[in-house]
Amino acid sequence: MQSKIYILCCFSLFCTYGYSQITVTGAITTQEGIPLAGSHVHIGKRNVSSDANGNYIVKKLSGGNTKVFISYVGFQSIDTTVNLVVDQVLDFTLKVKTDQLREVVIRQKANKLNKSLLEQNIKTATIEKFSNQTLGDVLKEIAGVSSLKTGSTVVKPVINGLFGSRVPIINNNVRLEDQQWGTEHAPNFDINAAGKITVIKGASGLQYGGDAVGGIVVIEPVSVKKDTLFGKTILNLASNGRGGSISSSLHKGNDKGWSWNALGTFKYSGDREAPDYVLSNTGNREANFSGDLKFTGKKYDVSGFYSYYNTTIGILSASHIGNVNDLDNAITNKVPAVVNDFTHSITNPKQKVQHHLAKMNYNYYFDETATLAVQYSFQFNKRLEFDVRRGEDRNKPALDLELATHAINIDYKKVVHDWTLKTGMATAFQNNFANVVTTGINPLIPNYNKIDWGAYGIATYDVSESLVFDAGLRYDYSQVDAAKFYYKSRWDERGYTSQFSHFIVGEDGDKWLVKPRFAFHNLSSSAGFHKEFGQNLHWYTNVSLATRNPNPSEFFSDGLHHSTGVIELGDLALAKEQAVKVSTTLQKKWTAFSIEVNPFINSIRNFMFLRPVGFETTTRGAFPVWEYQQTNARLAGVDVQTNWKINKQWQHDFALAYVNGRDLTNNEFLIDIPPLNLSNKIQFAKTDWNDLKLELKSEIIMRQNQFPDNNFTTNIFVNNELVPVRVDISTPPPAYQLLHFYSEMRFKTFGKSNTTIAFSVQNILNTTYRDYLNRQRFYADEMGRNFQLQLKFNY
Amino acid sequence: MKNSKILAFALLSIFTFSSCNNDDPIAVNEEELITTVTTTLTAGSQTVTLISRDLDGDGPNSPVVTVSGNLSINTTYTGAVTFKNESVTPIEDITVEIKEEGDEHQLFYQVQTAIGAFTYADADKNGKPIGLAFSLRTGASAATGNIVVTLRHEPLKSADGVAAGSIANAGGATDAQVTYPVVLR
Repeated sequence: MQSKIYILCCFSLFCTYGYSQITVTGAITTQEGIPLAGSHVHIGKRNVSSDANGNYIVKKLSGGNTKVFISYVGFQSIDTTVNLVVDQVLDFTLKVKTDQLREVVIRQKANKLNKSLLEQNIKTATIEKFSNQTLGDVLKEIAGVSSLKTGSTVVKPVINGLFGSRVPIINNNVRLEDQQWGTEHAPNFDINAAGKITVIKGASGLQYGGDAVGGIVVIEPVSVKKDTLFGKTILNLASNGRGGSISSSLHKGNDKGWSWNALGTFKYSGDREAPDYVLSNTGNREANFSGDLKFTGKKYDVSGFYSYYNTTIGILSASHIGNVNDLDNAITNKVPAVVNDFTHSITNPKQKVQHHLAKMNYNYYFDETATLAVQYSFQFNKRLEFDVRRGEDRNKPALDLELATHAINIDYKKVVHDWTLKTGMATAFQNNFANVVTTGINPLIPNYNKIDWGAYGIATYDVSESLVFDAGLRYDYSQVDAAKFYYKSRWDERGYTSQFSHFIVGEDGDKWLVKPRFAFHNLSSSAGFHKEFGQNLHWYTNVSLATRNPNPSEFFSDGLHHSTGVIELGDLALAKEQAVKVSTTLQKKWTAFSIEVNPFINSIRNFMFLRPVGFETTTRGAFPVWEYQQTNARLAGVDVQTNWKINKQWQHDFALAYVNGRDLTNNEFLIDIPPLNLSNKIQFAKTDWNDLKLELKSEIIMRQNQFPDNNFTTNIFVNNELVPVRVDISTPPPAYQLLHFYSEMRFKTFGKSNTTIAFSVQNILNTTYRDYLNRQRFYADEMGRNFQLQLKFNY
Repeated sequence: MKNSKILAFALLSIFTFSSCNNDDPIAVNEEELITTVTTTLTAGSQTVTLISRDLDGDGPNSPVVTVSGNLSINTTYTGAVTFKNESVTPIEDITVEIKEEGDEHQLFYQVQTAIGAFTYADADKNGKPIGLAFSLRTGASAATGNIVVTLRHEPLKSADGVAAGSIANAGGATDAQVTYPVVLR
């Protein structure tokens, strides 16, 4: 509702604005005078098609020197500039093309996802710098995006303070399905496969779903539209971890006919090292492949894509604890309980994850203004988690999940004069299978089937050359059928007997077999505008309503979480979460200086979070119990980015991000909110010296002073007496500053090929620090200094 | 490059058929679960049995602790601990496994000085204590207190004081930790 009111307000505010009213009409014909219906006419910022008689009309042009572009398949395009003063008739005659091969069939406008929200992009050059790291690491380049880590290799993006299920990741138009609800589950994605990454800090990417309470990460692969063949190999060597990576790709582009891409990546690293000790068992391996084959016809293209991601990640030995006494020891001792000599090998605990993605796309271009896209995708995710176990179970995984997802998306886009309309539907079927035969352990996440169905419509309206409105609406239906065993004692303790006894379908000794079914009908929406004032001043404002259903861990969690020593309990009674986010950006560019200021406020009703509720004692000792609860939350903050081109060689970049997260119901702060951070980067670039680039970057992460007090008291033996001890799991680590250095030079080798050599140092001063948003901050320091050498061959 | 397409299709069909029919989960009785820790203290004809039993594992019910009698002052007890999983049939004795992997396990006994002092009476293949067998020398005057028995997996057996029974530097992960209330007369 709120968003609707906003649309109204915005319209009434801006409809009174005046603008020039020049109309251009005309007809498009062949040299023989035959009308060309469906020709593409692009005048100024307007796109239209000619009608059945070849006539077109373009209204509301602002006058002055205006670009005109006319095209029709099989004919030579016209690209010219016309000085518009009054309404005009412009007829065009198109000549038949003789050289059919060189014809450009599809002319895509920069495919912006949203007009009223300033999207943040990361380009290939930056992505390449992070070739040896992860998606979560590269995303930190954007102000307002931070990371939630488990050790140094499991990195999840945090957008404006939110993460996990609240930040969907869209890889190559497919929503990544890989148990992302877990905090120690990194996105299953090879960073080298990204050509461009876009971050939308809100729920306005409605074509991808309506549940992006935090924001969306959209990854597009490298796509080559001209007839060419090129390759790239990136080799990385890193001192910390004594490993590296190699990634090679080949791209065959074509404007028509066959084109393809292929990419392979290997990563190998041993234990990482903190300044004072080895972080034992933190090595990782990764082997990835992706490839696609595409055929482009006159009015359509069809493609198949497959990618495989396979990783083994060691989990810091010292982070495996048994009970709260172990946790208290770790916190008080401040050094990891296990520090072994450096090794490349990985032992338990570890994760082994495989992710397959296969998909087929079919795009049909009715004419230059209307397209239909059909996609079928299949994802299969296999996740094995190995724990430290005894006896014959030693080599068995402790968790074995298989997640299979089928999805069909149909999208239609039409440009009609000032309007761009996007509409589509999506359906998905998902099956999660928790294998207990291989593990011999009751799984934290149960078996379930999920069916989703959604439909959306998004309209963009160019009111004038300098004012654009957009609005969208999406409906989603989701149904989950789960099957899980509950200890009868747990079922009673949760108070499920009165409310959910109809879910019980059987029993096995001291456990109930329960088959809960949940169905949700959700609405989400987005609306906003982009106003361009003179002198490069832009104002973007967007309001979005997102609705998110409880994820499997919020519903069903039921047991001990080994890395935190906490018993986490889900709640079958949880309701869906709804967020209204208002985001506004002011962007101003001068010749040498530009600044972007983006304040936002996100009000979330029924915000799901873990809250400490008491203690339970088991044979392993006493454990704090945290359960999923709902509250009304509010996140508010600001992201600032500036760029200053000091002169031809020197450049300075600054970024700042601040979020304040409040639990309004309980009147306390929210946990895991990124602290204020500031980044400064100074760059020296000289083209004459083999494209030399030198960069020095400083990151300042303040201490988070706004946190909830979740500390608890437990009895621990001190000097042979049992005494109550306060275990401090809440206090965030102190502020820290890191310095990083990056340099590169490019050399022409032979022909068109070139080689770039880059040398970088991360954490130059070997600073010892801990990160508030690292799940392992109780156990060990972060990584120390790292020298990295990168060789990049383009051929 | 056609291969990738074929591969994609092959995988697709494999997974489509293999990933269905997972509807009914299997109930697992976790073999590694320790439900029952029994400590037996024997001196001559006197036997005191201390039992901690928690049949619902990580479930909400607390362990039920029973102590068969009071301890006598100035007495040396021979002690033994057993670990069992009583949630499975037949009942599984985990003690054997701990003994076999003695070099990766160690028991620790924590008690107020007034109650007494523990001494290890067994050793693993490296000559370091496991702690399944021990002796307890009780104090000289009446007292009440708690005996805490802790089983650590992968402790640092060579760390300072660990072989002598100090848990402070032991590290590792706690597999079991039970508290018995005792009375010394």
